[in-house]
Amino acid sequence: MSRDGTTRRERRLGPSMLHGMRRLGGGGAELIPQGRMSGPMPWVIAIMVALTAIALAAGLSIGNAVSAAKAEIEGGVTIQIIEPREDTRDRQTREVAKAVQQLPGVSGLRIVPREELDSLIEPWLGSGIAEATGSAIPVPALIDVRLATGATPQRVETIRAAARKVTEAARVDAQSSWLRPVFEAMVSLQILAIALVALLTLALAAAVLLAARSALGANRDVIEIVHLLGGTDKQVARVFQRSIGFDAAGGGAVGLALALVVIVLLARRFEGLGAGLVDNGALVWSDWLLLALVPILATLLAMITARFTVLHALRKML
Amino acid sequence: MTAEGEIIHFDNVGLRYGTEREVLSDLTFTLYAGRFYFLTGASGAGKTSLLKLLYLAQRPSRGAVRMFGNDAITLSRASLPALRRRIGVVFQDFRLVPHLSAFDNVALPLRVAGHGEKDIAGPVRDILEWVGLSERIDAVPATLSGGEQQRIAIARAVIGRPAVLVADEPTGNVDPEMALKLLRLFEMLNRQGTTVVVATHDLDLLRKVPDSLIMRLERGRLADPTGALRHPPARRT
Ligand SMILES: Nc1ncnc2c1ncn2[C@@H]1O[C@H](COP(=O)(O)OP(=O)(O)OP(=O)(O)O)[C@@H](O)[C@H]1O
Ligand SMILES: [Mg+2]
Repeated sequence: MSRDGTTRRERRLGPSMLHGMRRLGGGGAELIPQGRMSGPMPWVIAIMVALTAIALAAGLSIGNAVSAAKAEIEGGVTIQIIEPREDTRDRQTREVAKAVQQLPGVSGLRIVPREELDSLIEPWLGSGIAEATGSAIPVPALIDVRLATGATPQRVETIRAAARKVTEAARVDAQSSWLRPVFEAMVSLQILAIALVALLTLALAAAVLLAARSALGANRDVIEIVHLLGGTDKQVARVFQRSIGFDAAGGGAVGLALALVVIVLLARRFEGLGAGLVDNGALVWSDWLLLALVPILATLLAMITARFTVLHALRKML
Repeated sequence: MTAEGEIIHFDNVGLRYGTEREVLSDLTFTLYAGRFYFLTGASGAGKTSLLKLLYLAQRPSRGAVRMFGNDAITLSRASLPALRRRIGVVFQDFRLVPHLSAFDNVALPLRVAGHGEKDIAGPVRDILEWVGLSERIDAVPATLSGGEQQRIAIARAVIGRPAVLVADEPTGNVDPEMALKLLRLFEMLNRQGTTVVVATHDLDLLRKVPDSLIMRLERGRLADPTGALRHPPARRT
């Protein structure tokens, strides 16, 4: 008969995604009337989850770009041979390359070919200068040195000493020092993303706290009855916890779907840029996994917040 | 020191709401297991207030209360539910859960106590049949008459077979015939060992339970003209 009673009630209320969750200790009766806790709550959670997932995706993406670029650049040292006479420059370049190659810790070395250098400066100076002035611009020669480990100041100093022994025209720089400001900007963005995630987490907890309190107020009479019939605080808390948990799970799923759409669209845009740093920011599978965890963690957070809010408030009742 | 058969003991108990004057004063009495008590008194004399102390909805402002061998004053919040489950209550204002059906309202104490659904349906239907509400099993309280709500409240109070049944004006909204029938239900439970405390204005009712003991409240004080509360006569068997 309890089955019959329940089905009849179900029919009256119509299909509800929240149905059946507002039960006391797995029993049949919804202790909190249907719909009290729903309303805006799933949507608030959906928005929070979407924003959190987007901020997290941004943070992860920047992190990937930073660490990929870092690995590439930290192990790199650039040697410039600044010498106007072309033949002298070429000879000195070869000699420096030979000297540096023999140094310990150098894993690779490449003399950047002339054409590549030309194409590097072409966007700024154009290609017609040589014809117009009758002589090529004295562009420094470049040697790209790869180190097995990071370009520590001592390593750079050793390379500099070796190059200087060949010619005073050699200028040696760790590549990371060139890109430091870019790194710092990216790290700042990453910190911002993490701070946003933290703030959104707090805001979610606050929203759930308020919702739980107002639900408690609205159901005060029922709670008192349950208490007088021998119900425990934990039983009452469980009812609220489930109800909010269900709202959060529904809202979280919607929020994640929304965030994924935004993330994929943004990723497409950035792919179009074709810039090295940004390409390295692509999300890997573990990042997607983390994003999928956002609604789950949000649901857990909502349930825990609801539980503690309710238990705390009940302590003031007899 | 617990007297034999003692189930509840009040010692010099007083109650005031907020900072107002005491609504109950100097209450000293003992309730014995298996007895049938009537609590009478004029409106405003403090009957409901005294019952609230009995069903642990209120703590006294002074005095000592012992229930089932526990000191009810120093009892922790965590141990209240276990005691409350041994007490069935019919509230003067019924206090049914408005959005639950008659069935679910009556089933509530069993669910709270953790009984499985298959142990609930049978007893709930039996008791609803007993109070004549089989047909209204799916009705929510708002669609029931005052007397019907009262009978649901009584069914809910007795479904868990409590050690003590506390009923506040349980026959106030029913016709004399139903009142007598409900009284028979209380007597039946009483014969099975439940201690019954019924607050009522209805002096006719008192005469219908021959073994009953009468507690009379006069402006918050207990009158025990016959001394029957302090020295209850032996039960007729
Ligand atoms: N919550 C409360 N706050 C303040 N005063 C209260 C409260 N409840 C009851 N009182 C007062 O306590 C006194 C006793 O009330 P109580 O409800 O116990 O009387 P009663 O004997 O049950 O009356 P009735 O027969 O009308 O139900 C009354 O003067 C009432 O105004
Ligand atoms: Mg009263």
